[in-house]
Amino acid sequence: MNALNLKDASSFPSRRVEAWKYSDLRRYLKEAPQPSAATEIEGEGPFSTLGGEAMAFANGRAAGADAYVAAGEQTLRLRFVSDAIETGHTATARIAARPGARLLLLESHEGSGSAYVAHNRLDIDVPAGAEVTRIVLCDEPADVLSITEVEVRVAPGGVYRQTTVTNGAKLQRQATTVLHGGQDAQVWLDGVYEMNGSRHTDLTSVVRHVGLNGITSQLTKGVVTDTARGVFQGKLVVERGADGTDARMGHHALILGERAEVDAKPELVIYADDVQCAHGNTVGNLDEAALFYMQQRGIPADDARALLTQAFLIEVVDRIQHEGAREVVREWLEQKL
Amino acid sequence: MLSISNLHVSVADKPILKGLTLDVPAGEVHAIMGPNGAGKSTLGYSLSGRPGYEVTDGSATWKGADLLGLAPAERAAGGVFLSFQYPIEIPGVPALTFVRTALNAQKRARGEDEVSAPAFLKLVRAAASALKMDFDMLKRPLNVGFSGGEKKRMEILQMVLLEPSLLILDETDSGLDIDALRIVADGVNAMRSPERAMLVITHYQRLLDYIKPDRVHVLAAGRIVASGGPELALELEAEGYDKYLPVAA
Repeated sequence: MNALNLKDASSFPSRRVEAWKYSDLRRYLKEAPQPSAATEIEGEGPFSTLGGEAMAFANGRAAGADAYVAAGEQTLRLRFVSDAIETGHTATARIAARPGARLLLLESHEGSGSAYVAHNRLDIDVPAGAEVTRIVLCDEPADVLSITEVEVRVAPGGVYRQTTVTNGAKLQRQATTVLHGGQDAQVWLDGVYEMNGSRHTDLTSVVRHVGLNGITSQLTKGVVTDTARGVFQGKLVVERGADGTDARMGHHALILGERAEVDAKPELVIYADDVQCAHGNTVGNLDEAALFYMQQRGIPADDARALLTQAFLIEVVDRIQHEGAREVVREWLEQKL
Repeated sequence: MLSISNLHVSVADKPILKGLTLDVPAGEVHAIMGPNGAGKSTLGYSLSGRPGYEVTDGSATWKGADLLGLAPAERAAGGVFLSFQYPIEIPGVPALTFVRTALNAQKRARGEDEVSAPAFLKLVRAAASALKMDFDMLKRPLNVGFSGGEKKRMEILQMVLLEPSLLILDETDSGLDIDALRIVADGVNAMRSPERAMLVITHYQRLLDYIKPDRVHVLAAGRIVASGGPELALELEAEGYDKYLPVAA
């Protein structure tokens, strides 16, 4: 399978490709889309109140630099803005940090067009002693296709934290591949999805531990209603010699509509002997006893459901260490519920 | 006045209440006693509207208004409060947030002004202190990790803050030691007023030493089979429920 290239229809994966079996891109995209036209970027994006520098792409075109190297303590707002109609575009960005740097990367996928195809590729380098926190907020129309592929290299002793928050699209995929260098390097990969209508999102990750004593912690939670479909694919690979690895993965979903769907595929592939790996996966419904209890105290049924749903998801949001980013995410979710 | 007439309730198509009739005037405390399986908890759930408790016949009104046609939250806003035998844990929702959300939802439903955050905190501090509850506990998710006694105090705290007019206490003494029972009973007794009616559901007479009923009713096999003054509770304690149980065929 060739890398996805919007100009080459033969690269569009169908469900026959194992990694895409729950997200059949070819079903919706059979031919290469016409390229999107240039556009202007309006506003400052959802993270504007947190300041920092900005790197923006408008319908795939960089409005300025497309590479960034963080030194010291910095905040970068990375904006993928799409207002195209029935056309496609690809954006490519490179982010790196110097040793010892602390970068808060606030990434937004801001869509306002319709039926566009967005393809974003992101490359992130985390050297020893550096810490990169990536918060991703996806807010796109219900009829678009949006694929983001991220390659992260975490050197021995680096720290990478990621939280992806999304309400999906017609077909949306946020795929993260992490090369985990170990030697006390830490990787946190979290996700929240909250979808209604016929939205679809796919949170896919592969973390490959190649060094000693690496730590990975993953927690994804999702809620689907109507005919929405959530996909979680998490793969943890511990290579030969990566002893002392501690990797944990959790995915928990609520299905609140009879025709909504969640597909979860956790995978552990372990070639080392002395490792601690675990995964947990649950799919359920809101607790009926809790719903009645809340109503008995005067909270109307719809409000009770929203409160319980929010309480379910908030565990992931609470893991965001940066207070400002956490509040933006919390408010965004509250508004969507 | 709580007026229940010929109430029939089924759970999963199995009849539990079979023609229960009971009047509780405002200002009075009535105890419902009975053996296990008599339908005591079903009565509380039916009056508060729990899904799965299907009313097949009869009526229940509070202050003249039909209860059975209302959604559970509407009944709550109308003054109905059920203190649960086993209070539910709500992970992710701090107790303070929960109670304030409930109080303001009730006020909105009644067309009253909502309570501001500072005014609410003042109310909670006073109520928590009277129930000898640690205020910091209220910042934790509701009932999560609370002991049995703490959960029951939390129920009474909510009762004090929500100021219901029809109080239904379902086995409120279970899980309480004597000190906690006294504190909880003091909280309940402080709620007694000429406008309020209370239904105290209990298997044992012990609770009624602390919350003195005006009337005692025996519920057996889905109906009220005997009624009397407080002395009836003492008689039940001494003689048991045997004489009210259906005779085996």
